[in-house]
Amino acid sequence: MATLAAPDAPADPLDAFRAEARAWLAANFPSALAHKDNAMSAVEGPGEETDDQRRWREAMGAKGWGVPTWPRDYGGGGLSRAEARVLAEEMARIGAWNPIGGMGVMMFGPTLLEYGSEAQKREHIPPIARGEIRWCQGYSEPGAGSDLANLQTFAEDCGDHYLVNGQKTWTSGGQWADKCFALVRTDRTRKHEGISFLLIDMDAPGVEVKPIRLISGASPFCETFFTDVKVPKENLVGREGEGWTIGKRLLQHERSSLSGGGSTGRLLAGTPLGEIAKRYRGVDAEGRLADADLRARLIRHDMDVRAFGLTLRRAALEAKASQGPSATSSIMKNVGARITQERAELAIEIMGMSGLGWEGEGFSEEELTQTRTWLWGKAVSIYGGSTEIQNNIVAKRILGMLDHQ
Amino acid sequence: MAVLTEDQTMLRDMAQSWTDKESPVAAFRAVRDAAPPAGFDPAVWAEVGQMGWPGIVVPEADGGAGMGYLSLGLVLEQLGRTLTATPLAATAAAASAIAMGEDAEARAAWLPRIAAGEAIVALAVDEGPLHDPDALDTVVADGRLTGTKMFVAEGDGAQAFVVAAADGLYLVAGDAAVSRTPRRMADSRSHADVRFDAAPAVRLGDKALTAAICDRAAALVTAEMLGLAGQAFDDTNAYLKTRVQFGQPLSTFQALQHRMAKMFTELELMRSVVEGALEAIDAGRSDVAQAVSLAKAVGGETTKLVSREMVQLHGGIGMTDEHHAGFYLKRAAVLEAMWGNAAWHRDRFGRLAGY
Repeated sequence: MATLAAPDAPADPLDAFRAEARAWLAANFPSALAHKDNAMSAVEGPGEETDDQRRWREAMGAKGWGVPTWPRDYGGGGLSRAEARVLAEEMARIGAWNPIGGMGVMMFGPTLLEYGSEAQKREHIPPIARGEIRWCQGYSEPGAGSDLANLQTFAEDCGDHYLVNGQKTWTSGGQWADKCFALVRTDRTRKHEGISFLLIDMDAPGVEVKPIRLISGASPFCETFFTDVKVPKENLVGREGEGWTIGKRLLQHERSSLSGGGSTGRLLAGTPLGEIAKRYRGVDAEGRLADADLRARLIRHDMDVRAFGLTLRRAALEAKASQGPSATSSIMKNVGARITQERAELAIEIMGMSGLGWEGEGFSEEELTQTRTWLWGKAVSIYGGSTEIQNNIVAKRILGMLDHQ
Repeated sequence: MAVLTEDQTMLRDMAQSWTDKESPVAAFRAVRDAAPPAGFDPAVWAEVGQMGWPGIVVPEADGGAGMGYLSLGLVLEQLGRTLTATPLAATAAAASAIAMGEDAEARAAWLPRIAAGEAIVALAVDEGPLHDPDALDTVVADGRLTGTKMFVAEGDGAQAFVVAAADGLYLVAGDAAVSRTPRRMADSRSHADVRFDAAPAVRLGDKALTAAICDRAAALVTAEMLGLAGQAFDDTNAYLKTRVQFGQPLSTFQALQHRMAKMFTELELMRSVVEGALEAIDAGRSDVAQAVSLAKAVGGETTKLVSREMVQLHGGIGMTDEHHAGFYLKRAAVLEAMWGNAAWHRDRFGRLAGY
């Protein structure tokens, strides 16, 4: 691409910040933790925290750099996007990782900053920034999956509080969460306009959580039951009936974190399948993978991954050059899902029966991980708006195709 | 769309407005019906020359604009949208061979004329129906080149040829000891078999130059494919909104919506790899071969998907010569095969990646 190089490039204004970040990280990141990622996650419980890990979380929490671009007033880092990129580069350089994560950071925080009242922001944002509070999502119900607006959990107006009754499902990390942001029905006569966005304490009387065991053997999701749960009125975000608008905005944050964020980054940085395949299957006289059919499919997948990486980069550059919202963002979730699943399918195929081990000494750690990764990966094209729902969105919102009359 | 400079944006807008007004797909139909000997309308080529497009990749010192491959790709994408027949892509790749080559006289003699739109030069590499630049029988002895090249794009109207011999790349000018046999192909464009019988040849460079020029030719083809596939998709989307069956526009049927969403997704990925290859060439990156193979393989598959779906989703009307869907289908298939099909580029990509 043609770039315009300034004849006398001035000193990068970010250099000062880079020096500051480097010095702070050197003073605060325990080097023993380098590359030992133990970030807060939506789908994993809080493990035992070592002293180093606690110190690192508290340091980042106090500095606000776990949520670098959030406003300083609410405990964020107050950094520009460019500064946040520099911070990420400096952290990557020394193997430092962000200990602050989970749904509060990825989805709920940005939404509350946009729609919450001043009091709600003061109450809820700082504990997220410090990594002290875990949030979970109360959206899906047994009868409201892809047709989310069909949700039936009801919040009855009782003067100074709501009385909530109903059942949520697929509550990620519900068994470990402190609080839940939920879509509830406040009006049964209107579908989308009858939905409100409510914040519920998970330890309130009447909240019951049951983990769901998945095909991978893990239980990252729960069923959550609400029976006569009292929720104060000040926990309503926005107005009654505004929940669908706010809830959809939150899903946009979810989608961008599912596609452009960590999981894809890890995918692009993972051990190349070609290397794993050479190790398990061997090569021919010319150094090519011995199984020509497998090789051809690995190359297709590899190309898909590269094309996706270039598309993520293009979307970021286009957004930066403010050519308006890039149409590419809407397809990212589907491509990310297909690549994730195809990689796992190829990996277990490469390993043969060894790629299907469940547990025990007869399998390597890599093989056992692969089995679980493959099974867990089937969720990627279902959660956060299934592949079919994303295709509906592309067809209707971007291509202008019509609803059935 | 890549982030463009002001000059590039102007160039793209000019190309778009010109093809819309002066060279819609009806113009290609007229060329197809008139079947001019060179495979394009000379008046159109003269206009292309006046707009300076043949000089986009010619260095400024040699009379060109020196704007690079991403810039030329913007123009070829627009020409591809309406299947505009010109020898622009072939001549540009040949011009790069001369510009990157080792012969100063050839540079001085040909590049200013190419940039001015006064010379058409074709790139002659393959000797069979499949791209195979590592198995060439063409030889040069005492400055004279002998061999037969097949399916040379724009070979009917070219005044000179950049020819790949077993030991490198040469320039053959004029008609002395050159004989051409036109190939009538499905896309109604110029392709010719060209026989060189001890033709006087100027050496441009070694096999590395041949490989670099093949990559540039392939990258330019992907830019044309991007426009072709994009327009095929847009026309199909528009048709589905107007065609009514079962009392509904076809675009209301979810089965079709999801096929269109899939194609849209693939087109977005294709744009990224095509621009990625053109940018890699402009930046002189060391992974040009990989970037081009990625673009030609992914772009070829997507062009195939969209052009075939264009016919299927148009139903019976798409099967008729009266409709232009067939033009897109036929040109798409030729572009897919040129300079290495998807399978050839996948194999090369795998070898370059070490497996």
